[in-house]
Amino acid sequence: MSDTNTQVRDAAGVDLDNPNLTRFDIVREGARRDGVEIVHYEAQYPPGSKGERRMTRIVAFFFLLTGIMSTLFVIAFIWWPWEYQLGPHASKYYTPVLGLTLGLALVGVGLGILTWGKKLLPHEIAIQERHDGPSSPEEQKLTGTTLQYLGDEMGLGRRPILKWSLLGLAPLGLAAAAVPIGALIKDPHHPDILFKTGFAGATPQNPIRLMHDDGTLVRPEEVSTGGQITVFPNIPGGATNHYADSPTLLIHLREDDAAKLNGQLYTLNQGSTWSSFVAYSKICTHAGCPASLYEQQTNRLLCPCHQSQFLITDNARPIFGPATRSLPMLPISVDKEGFLVATGDYKVPVGPAFWEKD
Amino acid sequence: MKRRKVDLKALPGKTAQEVDTRLPVATPLRGMLNKVFPDHWSFLLGEIALFSFIILLLTGTFLALFFEPSLQEVHYDGSYLPLQGVGMSRAYETALDLSFDVRGGLIMRQMHHWAALLFMAAIVVHMFRIFMTGAFRKPRELNWIIGLSMFWLGFTEGFAGYSLPDDALSGTGLRIASAIMLSIPVIGSWVTTSLFGGEFPGEIILSRLYILHVFLLPLILLALVSIHLGLVFVQKHTQWPGPGRTNKNVVGERFVPRYVIKQGGFFMLVFAVIALMGGLFQINPIWLFGPYEAAVVSAGSQPDWYVMFLDGSTRLMPAWDIRVLGYNIPPLFWPTVVLPGILSVLPMAYPWIERRWKKDYESHNLLQRPRDVPDRTGLAAMALAFYLVLTISGGNDIVADKFHISLNAMTWAGRIGILILPPLAYYFARRLSLGLQQHDREVLAHGVETGIIKRLPDGRFVEVHQPLVAPDEHGHTDLPYVGWTVPKKMNRLGALGPAVRGFFRPIEQPAPPQQEEQPREEVTSGKP
Repeated sequence: MSDTNTQVRDAAGVDLDNPNLTRFDIVREGARRDGVEIVHYEAQYPPGSKGERRMTRIVAFFFLLTGIMSTLFVIAFIWWPWEYQLGPHASKYYTPVLGLTLGLALVGVGLGILTWGKKLLPHEIAIQERHDGPSSPEEQKLTGTTLQYLGDEMGLGRRPILKWSLLGLAPLGLAAAAVPIGALIKDPHHPDILFKTGFAGATPQNPIRLMHDDGTLVRPEEVSTGGQITVFPNIPGGATNHYADSPTLLIHLREDDAAKLNGQLYTLNQGSTWSSFVAYSKICTHAGCPASLYEQQTNRLLCPCHQSQFLITDNARPIFGPATRSLPMLPISVDKEGFLVATGDYKVPVGPAFWEKD
Repeated sequence: MKRRKVDLKALPGKTAQEVDTRLPVATPLRGMLNKVFPDHWSFLLGEIALFSFIILLLTGTFLALFFEPSLQEVHYDGSYLPLQGVGMSRAYETALDLSFDVRGGLIMRQMHHWAALLFMAAIVVHMFRIFMTGAFRKPRELNWIIGLSMFWLGFTEGFAGYSLPDDALSGTGLRIASAIMLSIPVIGSWVTTSLFGGEFPGEIILSRLYILHVFLLPLILLALVSIHLGLVFVQKHTQWPGPGRTNKNVVGERFVPRYVIKQGGFFMLVFAVIALMGGLFQINPIWLFGPYEAAVVSAGSQPDWYVMFLDGSTRLMPAWDIRVLGYNIPPLFWPTVVLPGILSVLPMAYPWIERRWKKDYESHNLLQRPRDVPDRTGLAAMALAFYLVLTISGGNDIVADKFHISLNAMTWAGRIGILILPPLAYYFARRLSLGLQQHDREVLAHGVETGIIKRLPDGRFVEVHQPLVAPDEHGHTDLPYVGWTVPKKMNRLGALGPAVRGFFRPIEQPAPPQQEEQPREEVTSGKP
């Protein structure tokens, strides 16, 4: 250490044209002028030693590994069968082989570089002074005054009309904001899309039939007692995501459960069930996931997203989890041809709650 | 014609001179080459995030060559047979094509996804490191705020990317996102319909998420990353205390060559890990989930891990619906809008909160070990406990299923745990910090515990301590506490010889035991 310090002190007055200077002397002088003092600089292995040769071999090995693995990667990329085949097939290993060869190639280059840097380069400790903290008061004053003078130059204080006229520029900002906002904005209430589903327009005289997702109509016999199916409005595209709020759960309750439900129907839901059939919106009133896990034994519907649970024998009232609202009930009946129909739209908006939804 | 001789050896020097006459770079360039960086493994956590980000840009650009964010209805006719003829969106179809009909597309998709998970993980761990070591303190508050912003931007970026393939999981996530927007008081319905161009899902949302995901957010992230690194460069990296290290200097290695070489090697290793994971570990197999249909969901639908804490908070939220005068605030609003709001503003304000709390208005370039600031470490443990309870609750249905616990019990455990565990974590982390500090001070005052028990003439047993320096007449050493590692074991003091080399078996002979017979003090029972 003391030896190093002398060197540094000597270097303070170094003459760069001195032919006796080594390259490292000049490097150290450069660092010194940058406020960096190299206090310790020592080869980890003596040049030509066994250790050094070993490290050199290791680096070379890693780079060779990269060479081999990259070549294998390219070969696999081009010639390995990659097109999808059903069942066990070499193509299933295409991605793993690519990952393995590419990964090992990168491991090789990474470890090679690291070994080179950490083992073959001299170990050093350098110290650099920090120059943080505020600028000198003089500097602060010079810059501060320059900035203040800017205000004087503009003459806002002397020319009040200009000050007021600047306000006239404000609408320019409004114009800039108006374009994106005005183009994007969409009124949710005209038409009232949030309050309507694909069943909108159904009346007892003019009902909309229920259908499966393949478009076939639904007869009551198809649902076994205690069972449930998902139904959609029988309108064009009724089962597509275009009517994402229309999926409905049609449940065939057991006799005693149906009696229980009919005994405690909300006034709103009066007359909405048909025989022992009831239809609830499948869209969870909490966050809009399909509340579709049906526990036959307990008569509960569970939403798999946030575990809200609804009791289907009591107006699909939420009985556990974060949901606060019952699943809306779809008024259903059966038409002359024996198909299940909706005799009206949902009486409360389907899906998650929002500010205007009471 | 005579060929002019080109002196190859002089070429670099000449080129450098030519460049310097046009652009005088010699002085600033040397300053950069010679810039000193301190070194510690914990300084590399942020690098992982940076490197993952670079890999995300590379793989993402590849994916964008093949992906089409369109909700147009198509019928699949690609090479994945099980989905042949199924109606789906063009976005899902092109995502399937990327997995099956683009050579190397699947590994790129999987690398992109893994890199995204790693990016967020590295940010979170890096953030904890910065917090626990006090690296956010003056003068680095701005960089702390930028870092936090990048977490939330990365969160949004990741969610947008997760939503793009339009498979069953992304559609479900998007539907929940629309419900979250709906829950905002007063403007919720307007925001949602404006963003979706009508009712969920509409036809335009993927195009909008796409431009957000591939252009706007990466651009902002790139700008913030540049500023983040620029500030580290200008303000110089913090360092741990230790011999020769002060608040006014930086002790380490010069930027070039060693520091840069290590960074380059580390980048390659991060790249390697992502390539290996992308190739060997399947992630987001969208072809198994099927296209998004509003009526279909499967049990165990989980978001990416960094979203799970919000999923958890949503699950734990009690069913509180506030209804006033025909208007209402749904329960979804609190855990998904208010909570993230608090979680972004409060940590951003923390540097100033701590300044006033600890009345410390100085600039700090030396890091603190977590044990030396028990209150802050306690807060970190508290935050971690809060976060873990929420994250586990985000998968409470999986836990309930795998461990045969009632789902409702899991929810209640989360609800109670979120109130009880954070304060407990604070208490224990604080006590632990104080205990560790105390032990350091003991070693500084008395020395290292040797494990040798000595019986004194009066029958007492004491442990022999090895003082770190020559003790005073009372056997005490008066070493200052500097907040850095204290040797705790004898071999740290060189008491034991170097271990015999060899990994699986010794590759050298152990040194022969010292033959010198030391006259040893006879240990007796003390009785005559």
